[in-house]
This record gives sequence, structure tokens and C-alpha cells, in this order.
Amino acid sequence: MICYFSLSTKSGPSKLETYMKKASEKPVKALLSRCLAYAMNRRRSKLLVLGLLASATYAQAQETFPVNGIADPREKCFAFTHATIVKDPQTVLNNATLVIRDGKIVDVGPAAAIPKDAVVLDCKGKYIYPSFVDAFSSYGLAEPKKGASAWNAPPQFLSNTKGAYGWNQAIKSEVNAVDIFAVDDAKATPLREAGFGTVLTQQQDGVARGTAALVTLADERENKVIIRERAAAGYSFNKGSSTQNYPNSLMGAIALLRQTYLDAQWYKNQGSKEGVNLSLQAWNNNQQLPQIFEVSDKWDALRADKIGDEFGVQYIIKAGGNEYQRINEMAATKATFILPLNFPGALDVEDPNDARLVSLASMKHWEMAPSQPAVFEKANIPFCLTAAELSDTRQFLANVRKAIEYGLSPAKALEALTKTPATLIKSYDQVGSLDAGKLANFLITSGPIFEEKTILYQNWVQGHKYTIKADGWNDVRGQYTVSVTPGATFNVEVKGSPASPSIAVIQADTLAGKIDIDGKLVTLSLPLAKNAKSNLRLSGMLGTGDWTGTGVDTSGNPVKWTAKFVKTLPEKAENKKSATPVLGALYYPFNGYGWEKLPQQQDLLIKNATVWTNEKDGILQQTDVLIRNGKIAQIGKNLSGGNARVIDGTGKHLSAGIIDEHSHIAISAGVNESSQSVTAEVRIADVINPDDVNIYRQLSGGVTASHLLHGSANAIGGQSQLIKLRWGQSAEGLKVTNWDPFIKFALGENVKQSNWGDRNTVRFPQTRMGVEQVYVDAFTRAREYEKKGPNRRRDLELDALSEILNHKRFITCHSYVQSEINMLMHVADSFHFRVNTFTHILEGYKVADKMKAHGAGAGTFADWWAYKMEVQDAIPYNAAIMQKVGVVTAINSDDAEMARRLNQEAAKTVKYGGLSEEDALKLVTLNPARLLHVDNRMGSIKVGKDADVVLWTDNPLSIYAKAAVTIVDGIVEFDRETDLQLRSRIASERNRLIQLMLAEKKKGSPVKKATYVPDEIYHCEDLQGGHQQGIVY
Amino acid sequence: MFGLAMWLHSAYAQETISPAGPQQKPVFLTNAVIHVGNGQVIEKGTITFDKGKITAVGTSVAAAPADATVVDLKGQHVYPGIIVPDSDLGLIEFESVRATIDVREVGEINPSVRSLIAYNTDSKVINTLRSNGILLAQVTPQGGIISGTSSVVQLDAWNWEDAAYKVDNGLHFFIPRQNTGGRRGPNGGDAPKTALDQVEGVRAFFREAKAYLQEAKHTATNLKFEAMRPLFKKEQKLFVHCDLVKEMLVAIDFAKEFDLDVTIVGGADSWQIADLLKQSNISVILTQPHSLPIMQDDDVDQPYKTAAQLQKAGVLFCLSNEGFWQQRNLGFEAGTAAAYGLTKEEALSAVTINAAKILGIDKMTGTLEVGKDANIAVSTGDMLDMKSSVITQAFIQGREINLDNKQKQLSEKYIKKYGLQ
Repeated sequence: MICYFSLSTKSGPSKLETYMKKASEKPVKALLSRCLAYAMNRRRSKLLVLGLLASATYAQAQETFPVNGIADPREKCFAFTHATIVKDPQTVLNNATLVIRDGKIVDVGPAAAIPKDAVVLDCKGKYIYPSFVDAFSSYGLAEPKKGASAWNAPPQFLSNTKGAYGWNQAIKSEVNAVDIFAVDDAKATPLREAGFGTVLTQQQDGVARGTAALVTLADERENKVIIRERAAAGYSFNKGSSTQNYPNSLMGAIALLRQTYLDAQWYKNQGSKEGVNLSLQAWNNNQQLPQIFEVSDKWDALRADKIGDEFGVQYIIKAGGNEYQRINEMAATKATFILPLNFPGALDVEDPNDARLVSLASMKHWEMAPSQPAVFEKANIPFCLTAAELSDTRQFLANVRKAIEYGLSPAKALEALTKTPATLIKSYDQVGSLDAGKLANFLITSGPIFEEKTILYQNWVQGHKYTIKADGWNDVRGQYTVSVTPGATFNVEVKGSPASPSIAVIQADTLAGKIDIDGKLVTLSLPLAKNAKSNLRLSGMLGTGDWTGTGVDTSGNPVKWTAKFVKTLPEKAENKKSATPVLGALYYPFNGYGWEKLPQQQDLLIKNATVWTNEKDGILQQTDVLIRNGKIAQIGKNLSGGNARVIDGTGKHLSAGIIDEHSHIAISAGVNESSQSVTAEVRIADVINPDDVNIYRQLSGGVTASHLLHGSANAIGGQSQLIKLRWGQSAEGLKVTNWDPFIKFALGENVKQSNWGDRNTVRFPQTRMGVEQVYVDAFTRAREYEKKGPNRRRDLELDALSEILNHKRFITCHSYVQSEINMLMHVADSFHFRVNTFTHILEGYKVADKMKAHGAGAGTFADWWAYKMEVQDAIPYNAAIMQKVGVVTAINSDDAEMARRLNQEAAKTVKYGGLSEEDALKLVTLNPARLLHVDNRMGSIKVGKDADVVLWTDNPLSIYAKAAVTIVDGIVEFDRETDLQLRSRIASERNRLIQLMLAEKKKGSPVKKATYVPDEIYHCEDLQGGHQQGIVY
Repeated sequence: MFGLAMWLHSAYAQETISPAGPQQKPVFLTNAVIHVGNGQVIEKGTITFDKGKITAVGTSVAAAPADATVVDLKGQHVYPGIIVPDSDLGLIEFESVRATIDVREVGEINPSVRSLIAYNTDSKVINTLRSNGILLAQVTPQGGIISGTSSVVQLDAWNWEDAAYKVDNGLHFFIPRQNTGGRRGPNGGDAPKTALDQVEGVRAFFREAKAYLQEAKHTATNLKFEAMRPLFKKEQKLFVHCDLVKEMLVAIDFAKEFDLDVTIVGGADSWQIADLLKQSNISVILTQPHSLPIMQDDDVDQPYKTAAQLQKAGVLFCLSNEGFWQQRNLGFEAGTAAAYGLTKEEALSAVTINAAKILGIDKMTGTLEVGKDANIAVSTGDMLDMKSSVITQAFIQGREINLDNKQKQLSEKYIKKYGLQ
């Protein structure tokens, strides 16, 4: 039983209607009395209530549902005539008619026949559009409940979901929105007000989220509003409500996705071994649907697409909002994007000390974010728009307008809200345009929908009218002649907007009066002379053209009156089309120190420098080095470089670029997948963050390459990635290719969770004894895995371990005390592989002879100790002793700050242990290159090697030395002069944007308090959030 | 070179590295490059000291008496001992082991808590600082908002009473962060407001304490208020730990309202208000130069050059180095400040005399001037540059201290094992 009445002046169905619907299964008597009580409370007219009762049943009732009362079948045929009908973004029909029946479009066009039983609504001057489709919503689905707070709970290794589901609680492929969907008119109302008629709704929870349902926003029974039960499948990198520990990093989520693709394949073919796994079964079933991946930023978009590429899936990407910053990479994904319009608000930067807390990057994002849809349009990337992530859905149209102001074409905006999303979810046969046969989902507006002044009057969903704004439906503007009896006859002009008209009496002076319209009732208050003490007060009905009624004159005597329509008034042509804002330049990366244009490889001739070759030539005085095509081309005296750019090295020192063997810079969302003792499947390569300002800062300290390691939270951590510091490149551009892959292992206190607090006493191992067994077990499993046939379940963790066994992947192992170092070498020996590098290795000096015999190298700190129990015997002489014993030794950072002074850390080995200066510098150049198997192309100044070099102002081992120029692959990535230019650009750009934000505040726009948002930096012990850099906390 | 010989011969276990006895004979260090600490450098100079005090510094000093120990330094460099402010030394042995941590007391306002009595003279870390020329430390409690009272200790002592160099020299006030996420600040909600409320709570405490101290008789003794007496009498300084401008403005405001001797500790953004600090007579214990810039857009070398900016503005400042074991690198922090704008002698002052002034011990130490304590470090080369900084001898109050440490001993042990030289 649906209450329907056409005179409602409130938005959509009233609470009363909703109430009646929800109560429809209750005895009719009680229902009616409650309705009446409610209506009387609301002081509605009796007439309205009676009307309501009369129409309290409805045509679209379902046959299986019994009717309580007298059946009231209706076909609900309507004809909307004389409208400008925007059938689809390409087709505009003038003076056309739209005919609907039974919730569907029957006919549309200038010549559409009006059925006899149609209720005709004259839409002269009005526009009709297809209602919008939102391809990313969780409408009608309850918020998933998060389990007990994780921080003080013991670790959870397996899923808590009851039933025959998979091992990981974040894989919720078995969840179907259609099963849990319930109409929620309170949530539907703002969506309808924003113009939406249909949404693709999904429980936005977990890494795999199951299926989404396509539903309309009609306030009807679920049975009727669900128009596609399984319309898409959803994914994300966010484990959502899962209380399980794994994954607790972005790279873990990525690994989980990968493994699940493989597991699902395997399950399909060899399922019996697994038993019934409803999660994998659902995963497989969901594959034929459109696959939607929600990400939170541009790099995540690329990460998602890359996973898709690996498994032959083209995701539709629900974007985060900053994808415009890397539009070429976005285009290369070939994905269709769903763009949110969550443009950041201005910050309150009135107080300069608060303004200081805001980064230029975030101010630039504030400026540029509204241009995202326009940038996508220009790049020809297909996209839809979504209202998701708006804190106030009602802001949606305003934000679409803002996007249009920033360059999005209105036609594209309409397409992105109708045809594109409908097509994307394979439902263009039902929604997305006004073609016969589709759902009667349409908007009636006062003009072109995206224009500022346009009023959205009605949003019809499945043939049900939802009034958004009633005022102004009748446009009464024009010139009238008012005749008052007894009294005068005079002219008035009704101007303003249709929704809030104004009135003036036209005499010698123009005298402003008052006009109120409520439905068909009109009330006028008109002055008849300048400075009149009292007005003529009239009340009447709007007719078609003429108005009539009664009133009182200025003396209080009763009068009768009529107003006769004379003519429409010419509209003032408004040429106030605001120009598209001129935006600041994009930076690569999107950071104050980013480039507007990436620096190019150049031929360079460094003249007359002291050259530390790291080769048998040693240190050469007054020597030239020529760089061509990114390689070192020539070393000698008085070289001529043709057109090469000359850099004067007089009085300066040239060395190979510093290579940091142990770094955690430029990593997104977690350096540790700390949930399990063995996580060989996770990969740092998946989570490189090219925006990290520490890349630039390290270039300023002469670093040219960094080995990005997983943290040390588990015995077998993740796979690492060597990058070159090519500032401005994307993740793929930073990676060193054709490189022997490495993996991080760890020993000691972190692995056995000694310092993780009292709750972490559950995970195996808790002792160094157990650590050994973790390795023996892992490699035993890997050996047996290798022997399994081709039909084995592919296991990414064992794949990585198998690579180690086959000398195709190499270990760098976090380690401190001698017993555990010894142990791992024994394990390696027994499985016939070699531990490539022990990192930190603060007691390496105690087993240097054994390390040499095993063939292990070392990357250590210069002088760290006393930060925990297992470093009580750490000594600053460690590097020198290992080096002297014959172990390939490097000094590494594990710290974004120290990394930019690694030359000084190397110099400490001169002080502690008496290494020669030449050998000391090798600890941060050639030796790490050897440890990383790249000494054939990096680490020394030798003809043919990569031109990764640093020009220092002084002896590079001196505390007084600064990197004057840092060159990577023959590209000047850092030099002091350019740095000064960047600083002044930062200052002026900051100032420009602060002024814009101040202007925004002055305009009265809401502003948020400026607060400090620290960058994330990592050490290898950081478990989840990392720690904040900058101010020492 | 008897200093060098000394540590080689005394390579016993750490436990046998004993504090030196009082200076018995006059010492003459000759043929040295003497860095006085006040900017002056004396080439081929001699420094003499007796009974713990410096007796002469210059190129022509009175001849050595017969019983004097005369050492020809052959061009080595002589420096005032480095002073490390804001230190956890002797209060923490291993950062991850709770049982060894005595630096943070429970409670927000603890002015009566004193670091000196917890200072562990047997910490293995102390000797690793001495062997890098660090001879004095301000041992500082770190917990809560008013964390307690620091003392300056000398690093060659049998117990904390021996170690005491200046007792209870300052009270420490950790300003709650006005931004979210800080260890010392409130999280979530309106963090800036909560932080400001907490500051007002401290102000109210100061006002009540001041009023309490006006009256001699009380029915109940308030130890917290009593502990504030030396501060209000200016026998103690107020060390205000903060970094951002708005936080430093609070410090300046406290100095004014309560007429206090205030030093800012941290001061990452002090360069922004250097003139105001100078004008308000506020000194700064500057956060270590070896830090990352606090804001993404900051000059990449901002922490390196802040010292030079304060110097230029005439602000009295010294350098700090977070923690305890890390503080053996304080000299190199000064070296970096010299690479980025200070002269080398200004940089030396930033870890010697300036620190002495700020900690209130400049009458006793901080420079190599006649009458001051003979707190002296001898280095083979530039002490501020790690590649040339090898400390061969050091004296605290004229006593030649043993420069051996646990790490040297472990090194020796394994050098022997491998037959290395």
C-alpha cells in the first residue's frame, strides 16, 4: 500500500507517506488512526488527509502480496508535454513529450502520442533529463561493524567469519549486497535531491567486497527497486572491518589479492582438496561481472591496475581525488574511472603560524582538485561521477558545477552521470537515457541542469514523483495590469526568479511590494505611493494568466481585484559566465620541490676535480670526467666534451653516488607486514611512493640509489626493491631493472616480539631457538613445494623461498648478536644457499671470520648502540674490523635523516678503527654496490658505468663537505643553484595560494583549521603507522 | 704521549675503569693549537693547570716547575670539554628495557622530582661520551608537563654526589603540542585547545605556587610548591621544551609574567623569531642539526643552518643532541653547523661556553681561561670533524680521566682474535 498524492509541496514523500508504507502490514484500522493522528499533529488540512485515504493503494502492487482493503490498481500513465527533453547527452528534443506508464518510459519525442488515460503535465519552459546513475554507493546497506578494538586484543591469525568461508576475513567475496539491501528513504532523499535515480550499491568493506546490486532510489518495496541483483564486484586495498591481523600493510593487501586470484583458479580446477570454500566459489562466480576497485590515491590506482594486468582483469577504478596529478599514467591504465567530487575545502591560513603547518602540496591540491574531471575529459579517459565521499550529498550538484567551472563540459558531465555509469554496469538498457522501454527515471528542471540558477523541481523514479522543489514550478513572472474595485488600475512587474519572485508597482517611481505564492494561493502587499504608510493588501488565486481575489485598501476597506497578464518581460542577458580559473603548474612529483618539467639526460663534462675513482687508480687529482648518454664515457686530464655541459670541479671532489643498502624511504602505508612470521609474498616494489620528499633530501646529501627494505618484524619479511633517486619519476621509473631480486630476513628481538608488549606472546617464535625452526620449516616446505607437480596450488610465499634455494633471490638479513648470525649461516649451508648480506649486524665483528668463510657481506651502522638489549655489545669499530677481516662491508642508514649524511657515517670508520679514507668512502659506494650485485654498473667512477656521481664541495668524508651536484644516469637531479630557485618558487607559490585561501575565507566559504599533517617515515621496526618526521616526538 | 699509553695499558674490563684521583701535580700541555672556546685560537700555545684550575694559557707562559708533568702535544688540538645539555645519560641504559629506564615519572606536574639522585655513574654509556671529548652533561627528567629538575654532572665520578657539578640547575617544562599526534600532546578532538588548556593549567599552578611561597606558615606543606622556590628566586632556570612559534610565544609569556630566566629547548622554528628571542633575552638549546626539516617545504638544510641564523641575530644558543648514547656525536653536530654558516670557533662555542652560560656554569667552565676548571679535551685533529677527531687525552677538574670504554675493549678483544693491527 503506497500513499500517493500529487499536491505534496514538501520534498519527496512526506514522513506520513513513509510511515504509512512501512506500516502497511498492520491492521488497517490502526494504521488509519495513526495516519490521522500524525496528520493532525502536523496541522495538515483535513482535505489532504482525506485525499490520502482515497488513494491509499497503488497499481504496482505485487501479485503475491495480499491487499488489505480494496484493490486500487492503476497504470499511472503520465504525459509531460512541451518540454525540452535531453534524451541523452547527444540528443536534445525541443517542445517534446515524454510518456510514461507503469514506471517505464513508453514514448518520447516531439510527436509522441498522448494516451487518452494519461494525466497531462504541461512542462513548457522546463527541461527533462534522465536521472543520474551513481556507480559507487553503499545506499541501503548497514555500516559493517568493526570487531573489538585491535590494539589490545591478542593476534588473530584466521578469519572470524563463521561458515565455510576462506581463511582471510578481508576476502568477503561471498557478500551480496542484494541479500542485505533495505530501502532507506532517509538516505535516498538527499541522493534524489542531488539528481540520482539509480545507484550501484555495495557493502564497502574488505579487500574483496562481494557483489553490488543496482537499485533505484524509489521509496518502494525492495522487491521492486532492485533492478539488477548482481551488477558488479568490488575490491579495495582496505581490509575494512576485518579483525584479522593479516594484512596490516598495503603490500600485504596486494599480496592477499594476488594469492586469492591464484587460489580461486586452483580451487576451480582442484577444488576437492580444499573442501567447500564459499569465498573462493563466490570469487570465481563474481569474475564475469564488471570489477570495481576502490582506491584512495593516484599511486593506488596504478597499483590496482597492475594487479589487474597480472590476472587479465580490467578494473573500473573508483578514484581517490588526486589522479589528475599523474594523468598520463591514468590514461595508460585504460580503465574507466569513477571520480568522487570530494574537493578539499580551503584552510584557515589567517594566522601565519598556522599557515606554516600546511604544505604547498596540500594547498596546490586544494586549488587543483576541482579540475580533476576536466583533466580526465581532456585526456580522453572515460569516467563517471559519484556522490560517494561527500560529507553532504546535497553538495553534489554544486560540486559538479564547480567541476564545470574548472573546465568540464556540461555534456561530458551529463554523460558521466548517465550513459557512462549505466553502460559500465551493463544496464544502459534500463537506465541512463530517456528511451522507450527504460525505467521512468527522470528529472524536471527549470533550465539546463548544470546552470547555477536552474531549479531541480522533481525527480521521478520508476514513475514515482519526488518533489525536490515546488516553488517556481509556475513561472508567474511578467507584466500585469492590476484593477482594484473600488480603486485604481495600475501596472505591476513580477521579476526575480521563478522560485522567489519579486513584485513592483510601476508608476513614476518603481515601488517595491511583496509577493508570496503558496501553491495556487497568492498574497500581495503593494505600496501605491512613495513612502506610503500602508499598503494595498490583496489575497487571491493564480489562474491561468489572470489572477483574482479580494483584499483591503490602504484605509482598510474591502476591495476586489484582478491582475491581467500583459506580457513577459525581457530576460536580462547575463554574461556573467565566469572564466575557468587559471591554476598553478603541476609538479612532478606533487611536492614543493617537484619539477615542472623533468630534467633531461645531458652530456656533462666535470672539469678539474679530485676524483675518487674507487678503482685501482685511487684518488686522481685535477681530473676531468666526461658523461655521455648516462654513462661515464671518459676519465682523464684536459678532456674535451664537445657540446657537453661543463661543470667546474676546481677545488671540489667527485665521487660515485652514495648507495644506501638499507633504506625505508619512499614507501606507502606500512613498511612491515608484521602479522605473520613468514611473509615472503609481500613486495616493497608494490608500494613505492615517488612523492616522498626524502628522495629529494637524500639527493641533497649525495645519495643516488636506495635499497628499499621490508621491515624487521618477522623472520622472513618481504621482497625488497632497489631504486635510483630519479626525482619526479613514477614508481616504475624509480626501479632499477635487470637487478638480482632480494628479500629481507630478520633475527632477534623484533622477530620474537621481545619489545611488542605483553599481548604479543602468542606468535611463533618467541625465542631464538624458534627463529631457527621458522627457517628450517619454511625452506623444508619450499623444497617439497618444488617437487610437487604442475597442478600444485601456486603459493607466492613458497615461490619466493624457492627462488632463494635456487640462488635467484638473495637475502639481506637484519641481525644483531653472534649466535643468530651463526645460526642463519648454518641453516643456509644446510639448504645449499648463501646469506648474501647481514644488515645492521652489530656483532658481526665477533663472527667476521665465519661470515667471510660463508661468503656473507655486511651492512652496518657506524656507531649505533644501546637502543635495546641485543645491541649492548655493538661497537663503532665493527665496520673496520669486518672490512679488515675481508668481509664486504657497507655502512647503511635505516633512517631518512642519517641517509643524507652517509658519507659522514663512513668517515667514522677512519676515527674508529683507522680505515683509510679511500676504503671508508667505499663503505657507502662500491661496497653496497657489490652487496647488491650492481657493482658492474654502479659504485665507482669507471668508464662504462652508470653516471651516478656526486660533486662535493670538500673531501667527501669531511663534516664540512656538501653535495654541490648530484647526478643520476647523467641527469642532474640536484644542484645547489636549482635548489635555491625551488626555494624561492615555494615561497612565492605558497604566498599566492595563501592569498587565494584568504580570499575564499573572506567570501564567507567555510574554512577548516590548518593543522600539522606530518609526513610518514619509517624505520625497520615501525609496525603499522610508521612514525612522524620533523618535530621530534 | 702518555694519554694514549694510558688507555692501552688500562684495557681491562669496563668495571675497572676507575675515576681519577685529584690532580696532584701541575700539568703543562705545550706545543698545541689551543681553541679557547671564546673564538680565540692560539697556535703553538701552552696551557697549564694545577689543583684542578687553569693557571695559564698562551704562547709564553712561566716555566714549568720541577714537579710538573709536561706534555709536548706536537701540534695536537686542545679544546674545552664539550657540554651536553638536555641529556638522558645515566637515566637510561637500554632504551627498550623498562627496568633500565629512569627518565619519565608519572604525573603531569612534578617540580620536586630530581634527576640527580637517579644518575647512574656506572652506566657503560658514559665512558663512550668521554672518549669523544664530552665531559659534562645536564641530566634531565623528561616525563609529563613539568618533568622535574635537572642537574649538571661531570662524567668522571664514583657516585652522583661526586658527579654533581651544578645541582638542580633548572626546572623543565614540556609544552604540550598544539598539534595532534605528539607524544607530549593531546590526541584527537580539539587538540590545540586542549594543549592551550594544559598550558593554562601550568600557569595557574605557577600562580598558586608563587602565592603559597609568599606566606611562611602553612597547615600542610605542599612539596610541589616548595620545589618552585628556587625558580622564583632566579636560582634556577626554566627550560621550556618546545619547537613551534606559538609554543615559544608561551615560553616568552611565562618569562614575562613570572620574571623568570627562560631557555627554550628544541626551538626547531626558533629561526623564525630570532629577533624576538634576542629582544626578550631568551636563550635556546637548539635541537640537533642532524634532523630532518620539520615541514615538507622547508629548506632541505634548514636544521643545519638554524644555528647560524640564531648566531646572526645575537641569540644565545647552544646545540643539543637527542638521547644519551647518541650524544658522543655532539661535536659533529657543531661541525655541521660550521659547514652551514657558523665559523668553526663559533661552532665550538655552541657546544662549550654557550652551553655553560645557558646551564649556569660559565664561571666554572666552558672556556680555557685562567681560573676556570681544567675541563680539557685533546684531539689529534679538528675535534668537530669525525674524520680527524681522535681524543687522546682528557681532563676533568685537572684529573686526567681514563679514556677507555667497553667498546674499545671489545674491539681489542677481537683485534687480538683475528690478529689484526
